[in-house]
Amino acid sequence: MSLIKAEDISKDYQAGEISIKALRGVSFDIEPSSFVSFVGPSGSGKTTLLNLIGCLDKPTQGRLRVAETDVSTLNQKQSASFRGKHIGFIFQDFNLMPVLTVYENIEYPLIMVQDMPVQERKRRVMSLLEAVGMDDQKDKYPGQISGGQKQRVAVARALVTNPELVIADEPTANLDRKTAYMVIDLMKKMRDELKTTFIFSTHDPRIVDEAEIVYTLEDGELTDRAAKGGINDVKSI
Amino acid sequence: MLNLFKIAMRNLSRYRRRTILTASLIVTGVVFVLVFVAVTGSFKAMMIGQVTDSFLGHIQIHSKGYVASIDSLPLTMNLRSQSVKKVEKALHKIPGIEAYSPRIKFGGMFSNFVETTNVRLNGVYPEKEIKTLPFFLSRIREGGKIIKKGEVLVPELLAKGMKVKVGDMVVVIATNKDGSVNGKQFRVGGILESATGPGGRDGYIHIEDAMEILRMDNVEVSEIAVRLKDFSQLHEAHNKLQDAFSSELNKKGKPIFEVHTWEKLSPFYNIARMIDVMTFFIKLMLVAIVLISIMNVMIMAVYERVREIGTLAAIGTLPGKILSMFVIEGFCLGFIGAVFGSILGGAVIFIINIYGVTFDFGRQKGLILSTSVNPNDLIMVSVIVIIVSVLASLQPAFKASRMDPVQALRHI
Repeated sequence: MSLIKAEDISKDYQAGEISIKALRGVSFDIEPSSFVSFVGPSGSGKTTLLNLIGCLDKPTQGRLRVAETDVSTLNQKQSASFRGKHIGFIFQDFNLMPVLTVYENIEYPLIMVQDMPVQERKRRVMSLLEAVGMDDQKDKYPGQISGGQKQRVAVARALVTNPELVIADEPTANLDRKTAYMVIDLMKKMRDELKTTFIFSTHDPRIVDEAEIVYTLEDGELTDRAAKGGINDVKSI
Repeated sequence: MLNLFKIAMRNLSRYRRRTILTASLIVTGVVFVLVFVAVTGSFKAMMIGQVTDSFLGHIQIHSKGYVASIDSLPLTMNLRSQSVKKVEKALHKIPGIEAYSPRIKFGGMFSNFVETTNVRLNGVYPEKEIKTLPFFLSRIREGGKIIKKGEVLVPELLAKGMKVKVGDMVVVIATNKDGSVNGKQFRVGGILESATGPGGRDGYIHIEDAMEILRMDNVEVSEIAVRLKDFSQLHEAHNKLQDAFSSELNKKGKPIFEVHTWEKLSPFYNIARMIDVMTFFIKLMLVAIVLISIMNVMIMAVYERVREIGTLAAIGTLPGKILSMFVIEGFCLGFIGAVFGSILGGAVIFIINIYGVTFDFGRQKGLILSTSVNPNDLIMVSVIVIIVSVLASLQPAFKASRMDPVQALRHI
């Protein structure tokens, strides 16, 4: 059964009197435990699509099911609750809370979103800190660690609630090549260990090669789907 | 909840300078209000004490209509001995009455054998008067601290004008209620300091001397001054007395007695009311200071942390928790301001007491103001600051909680 099923979804934005079609009738299925990338030039609709999949926004038209839930019908509170249970996020700018330590940043969703008991929380946070190799930095604040380390913390934070899906919008855009590969490797490793589906957007061809399935977006339309093997093996859809 | 407080405190310490400035503003406001409340409250309490404990008493009981005619001190409106007994019986029944003093008030002529002038006199039972007016004896500047039969306590201005001193012989002449004139020779037993307010410049004699001058066979008193054990029970005691006398009617079916608190009898009550009004407006200013400063800080906080709010919302933080985060931040700021303001305010009040503030009230010179802040005022000011802080945070917090995560994450 598909983890994500998009049927003919469109998204329009209103910029003053002009209506902008960010997505035009996009349909796709994503299976559980996939490692999927959406590629395309700037303005192609990647972020818009990830926002829809991540329940941060709603499609103007079409039907979108995530983890067997029609997310296009959820209200603000239901969406927040759904995200807290099923989806993790990794951001381009890491978006860690500057007032919380590395440990507290990872712990945050367990306190504020899942209200987990202390012992269980500690066990899970420590296990993820070790998995991302940040256990020796746990008491540092985001301002005291490097960009690559921040993104590893962000990966741990995204995974700490055991979500079925992690969405990463340009997760390597602010990282150097070596660190970018490290983060992608980490995401893959976590996918293998936790069976979590990772969906990320990028326009960096070096990173695209790491994805198992690549969707290409152009002008809001899904033009290609490539199975494992890289962007050059694009299959028309 | 504890985590929300931890995050709030860390966010406050993150913008340390702004937090310190805002908290300082609140602290200054709290200190100002507390010192003002303490000084004016103490001044008010002291003045009320001077008025009630020197000559007025807390409550006075008269025959109906007496207060309206008090300037002429009408002997015809005095309470008959039977009525006095009824009043005394009622006073004994009501709990919270510490003492009472029946008085015969009358006007007469005062002569030093050379000159003659007008005088207002109170005929009192010395022991009862002293119990009812604890400050009374302190008003006697010269002479013995007691009212003896055959002696008169002369108000200081009268003594000065008539050039009489303790030990001199004087004559008091008065007309009784039937119109006949009588006189009696007195020895000046003491000189009495004037007090501000009606009755503050009256002379005092023993009630039996007053009865003799006025040719009374039985005691007919003009008023009964009452002292309460607890001044804060003033209105409750007043109501109880009114209830007790409500069934006492004359032959025409009209009430025999009237009961007044000091508030009705002394013009100082209006000054006390004015102090209350000023205190209210000072508190209102504090509310404005806290409201504007907290709201300003919280609006800035929300504006500066739009992306953070977007992140929190994206990872599943419910709108209610985002709202709580900012409200708690405002609460903490208000709480810090209230606590430090109270401590600093207490210190300033303590320093004022060490140095001692003196002031004059009417002819009373060099009164030392003993400032103290009522714990209720302290709690009330702190609670006002905290409640206003929370209210001021609500609008920015609500805005943060309703933020669209997509827009918030795009914010630069």
